[in-house]
Amino acid sequence: MGEVARELEAAPAEPEELTALARRLRASVLRMLHLGRASHAGSNLSMVDILAVLYGAVMRIDPTRPDHPDRDRLIVSKGHAAAGLYAVLAERGFIPREWLWTFYQDGSPLAGHVTKHGVAGVELSTGALGHGLSVGTGMAIAAARGGSDHRVFVLLSDGECDEGSIWEAAMLAAHHGLDNLVVVVDYNKIQSLDLVERTLALEPFAAKWEAFGWAVEEVEGHDVPALLECLGSVPLTTAKPTCVIAHTIKGKGVSFMEGEVLWHYRPPSEDELERALAELDETT
Amino acid sequence: MRTAFIEKLLELAARDERIMFVTGDLGFGVIEDFAERFPDQFLNAGVAEQNMTGVSAGLALSGKVVFTYSIANFPTLRCLEQVRNDVCYHGASVKIVAVGGGLGYGSLGYTHHAVEDLAIMRTLPDMTVVAPGDPLEVAAATEALAALPGPAYLRLGKTGEPICHGEGFAFKLGKAIEVRRGGDVAIVSTGGVLKNVLDASEELSARGIEARVLSMHTVEPLDVEALRAAAEEIGTIVTVEEHSVSGGLGGSVAETLFDLGTPVALKRLGIPRGSVRDVGSQEFLRARVGLDGPSVAAVVGEFVRSPQVGMGRRQEPPGPRVRC
Repeated sequence: MGEVARELEAAPAEPEELTALARRLRASVLRMLHLGRASHAGSNLSMVDILAVLYGAVMRIDPTRPDHPDRDRLIVSKGHAAAGLYAVLAERGFIPREWLWTFYQDGSPLAGHVTKHGVAGVELSTGALGHGLSVGTGMAIAAARGGSDHRVFVLLSDGECDEGSIWEAAMLAAHHGLDNLVVVVDYNKIQSLDLVERTLALEPFAAKWEAFGWAVEEVEGHDVPALLECLGSVPLTTAKPTCVIAHTIKGKGVSFMEGEVLWHYRPPSEDELERALAELDETT
Repeated sequence: MRTAFIEKLLELAARDERIMFVTGDLGFGVIEDFAERFPDQFLNAGVAEQNMTGVSAGLALSGKVVFTYSIANFPTLRCLEQVRNDVCYHGASVKIVAVGGGLGYGSLGYTHHAVEDLAIMRTLPDMTVVAPGDPLEVAAATEALAALPGPAYLRLGKTGEPICHGEGFAFKLGKAIEVRRGGDVAIVSTGGVLKNVLDASEELSARGIEARVLSMHTVEPLDVEALRAAAEEIGTIVTVEEHSVSGGLGGSVAETLFDLGTPVALKRLGIPRGSVRDVGSQEFLRARVGLDGPSVAAVVGEFVRSPQVGMGRRQEPPGPRVRC
């Protein structure tokens, strides 16, 4: 059977569709964490709007050809937020939706941290923080030198920016003017034990990236039209890598999870799941 | 050894544009020619080994065959988690090259002694670990690793190592080279200490002990058949490595022989555990830790003649000898 050459295109989507997609991702994530008795609800809920915009409208991908050489890449470097990535891959048809309900359980194809093996659409297995930007930088260098015009997106957590390797990669990417590389920081202001600013302050955060030679834009990370406009127009500057700092709320969308360190760890009980889904209007 | 490596890599890069050479800002006098001739296949990642390794994994996952390059422990231990997760876990074609394996940077001190690297690297999944014994082995190993899918570690000496092989030299990953024939004891060596082992075997010969010398350049996967043959035909084996006596070649040989179940007398020579704090050249430090030719000969001679071991079970006529 001959391979049919196919142009990769992003799926044009209206903000309302993306908002609905994000709501479904929230519901899937909560069910997955409940069924698997798994952690990191807060970290997933803070980033699903970003994933909805990237996978729903921005990235040039083809679920029937997940290894297409010219596809846009996304590395989820905050590997603990695996549920959200798997959920969006199921929405886009990379993996069967039934897999989601086995997440984190014995024999599941879906591990508790982002895992590439056997999961179509995942670009890099992550879980130890501070790895994804280096690998993404390598992919961006390969693309730039190979004359390919695909983009490499890397989703970072804020706490992850404590890792020195992030800043090693930031320097190299800027030094080589990699405007095909886009970092999105899920800046939800809470890390493992406490607020970011009380743990290891990142501010002035945007100024740090700028000082490292990146083009920076700050955006409200749950404002889907704003995300769409920002991520849809990268690179922000030619010959510079782009950093989008998305201001988010940990646990966004479920009132009793928002801004609480507890929900970095606690799996939702049945009752909590029902209350959360009711808030999302996703009870079915 | 580093000259043999870079010359071979230049040759490979000229005919395969997937080959990339990524340095952690080291290689003065080594890398310039490559950088000039193949700018698109060259990258200086700066003094940032974690990033160098992650970037290399990204390049490899994009179809490149990447050689990372630095000295001593910088491309292995400094960035061990990147090696483990980004490279090995993904089966990425990244070949890690360290110059100054063992005590090559002797006088620079313990920070620059790569003496635990073999033990650590050989436990990583799918990692091929090679410590060539001379420049001929270096060139052959470089070519073989470029063609090998997946990760590898190439531990080089520094410069000025003698050629230890004669005519008919043939190299295959995972296959030990018999450098000297003998039937009283098998000395299994890895890395540039091969020269000292050959010196020792000549000294032993003068005392009536004929050593079979195996250059076990590939530490992982180990040549099990060569060890089985040595165990069955000779029954007395000594390992020699410029590395901690813990966990490296000797450890791997011990594990293998134990699993084989062949009765064998085994002695492991290496650097005693604990940092080497003496200051001196590679040869000076080798003598300090008992890895110079005379020390190896003395220990092997005593071991072979000890009542518990006895001489080798089968006598082989001594074969052609190669001196370094």
